Amino acid sequence: MTKDYSNKYIFIYSSIMVVVVALILSLLATLLQPRQERNIRLEKMQDILASINIEVEREKSEVVFWDYIVDTKILNHKGEELEGDAFEVDLQDEIRKDLAERQLPLYIAEAEDEQYYIIPLRGAGLWGAIWGYISLKSDFNTIAGVNFDHASETPGLGSQIADKHFEDQFKGKNIFDQDGNYRSVRVIRNGVDPDDPHRVDAISGGTMTCNGVSNMMYDGIRLYKPYIQKQVNL
Amino acid sequence: MSTNAEISKEPLFSYKNKKLITNPIGKDNPITIQVLGICSILAVTVQLKPSLVLAISVVAVMGLANVIISLLRKTIPQRIRIIVQLTVIASLVIIVDQVLKAYMYDVSRQLSIFVGLIITNCIIMGRLEGYALYNKAWPSFLDGIGNASGYAAILIVVGAVREFFGSGTLMNVQIIPDALYAIGYENNGFFILPPMALITVGIIIWIQRSRDKELIDAS
Repeated sequence: MTKDYSNKYIFIYSSIMVVVVALILSLLATLLQPRQERNIRLEKMQDILASINIEVEREKSEVVFWDYIVDTKILNHKGEELEGDAFEVDLQDEIRKDLAERQLPLYIAEAEDEQYYIIPLRGAGLWGAIWGYISLKSDFNTIAGVNFDHASETPGLGSQIADKHFEDQFKGKNIFDQDGNYRSVRVIRNGVDPDDPHRVDAISGGTMTCNGVSNMMYDGIRLYKPYIQKQVNL
Repeated sequence: MSTNAEISKEPLFSYKNKKLITNPIGKDNPITIQVLGICSILAVTVQLKPSLVLAISVVAVMGLANVIISLLRKTIPQRIRIIVQLTVIASLVIIVDQVLKAYMYDVSRQLSIFVGLIITNCIIMGRLEGYALYNKAWPSFLDGIGNASGYAAILIVVGAVREFFGSGTLMNVQIIPDALYAIGYENNGFFILPPMALITVGIIIWIQRSRDKELIDAS
């Protein structure tokens, strides 16, 4: 049976408890960190491959990744190439930087004699971060595939952005219109004509997350416009 | 069993101790009788695998939390006992979460926030407050394991039923043969949606009460 103790006892008791718990948890976190980071790295490879519609198991993604990814680049906002390893660029840090200092990773993939340009994206959903990869065909206009993921969107509602049926809607959509103006692809409520090249249907109950996807795509792909214009004019 | 032995030292699995495990699985089930922990039942039982992992996680957290609180029970000041209980549960949950992230990454992605939400599972706090705070470590451990198993049993049954009827699979292995699909059988998409979890739990409660008249409320 618990008794009532003095304030001094309570203070000391809770202080010791906090220190002990903190020690145990930080020790555990340090021990498990290498394995967790490896998982995250493998998942990133798996997601990038998924955006060009290649499904691999996570454990195997490291083996086949460089079979498909033939080149990586880091670009700046003017479309010039920078030095560095694109895979190590963390978008979470980059999107906080000024535009002039930002590093924009680009992955170039080759599958079945087709070239794909994969752009990583990151933005905000309803509750937390959302991110994804979008692959463009060699015309730099048609979307070959997308892969989205999220930190903490509402399960069953906003979380559906990571589901196949949502991602598949983006295939074949265009980011530029016929006159070459940048349009991106928007996620729209109230029904969408499936042939509209710049719109896809939103998720019922996940409107805020879908708006996040629209903004993430619009802001993310736009940064690559100078590079794309250089490539297309060549 | 001689009476002398019982007085000097109670056997580990005495009748009373066995009841601590079997009661919460059956007659005093935290879900079907006390109707606690429904929220997580709705959320994770679309497939058997996450149900199974959450069930194991809850058993581990609850068994350990009950033992820790029971061992500390004579030192815990009455006024901050809830905070101490929360700290213990929260730390154990973080440990489970970290281990899952390192060794079962896919499952941890699938369970996402629900591992964290073990903290708010009212069954755990209820057992700490109602049992472990006043009892020795071994019975508290059994009580924790028992109640968590009662929760786990329902979780697994509901998970199996929903995956079987909703996707035709169990543990992601196809169970319903292609031949059946060929003659027009279709998976029932309704089972994938949350309301079906509630209905399945309702049916389990119905079956349990119809077999055990003691459980029927007089009102």
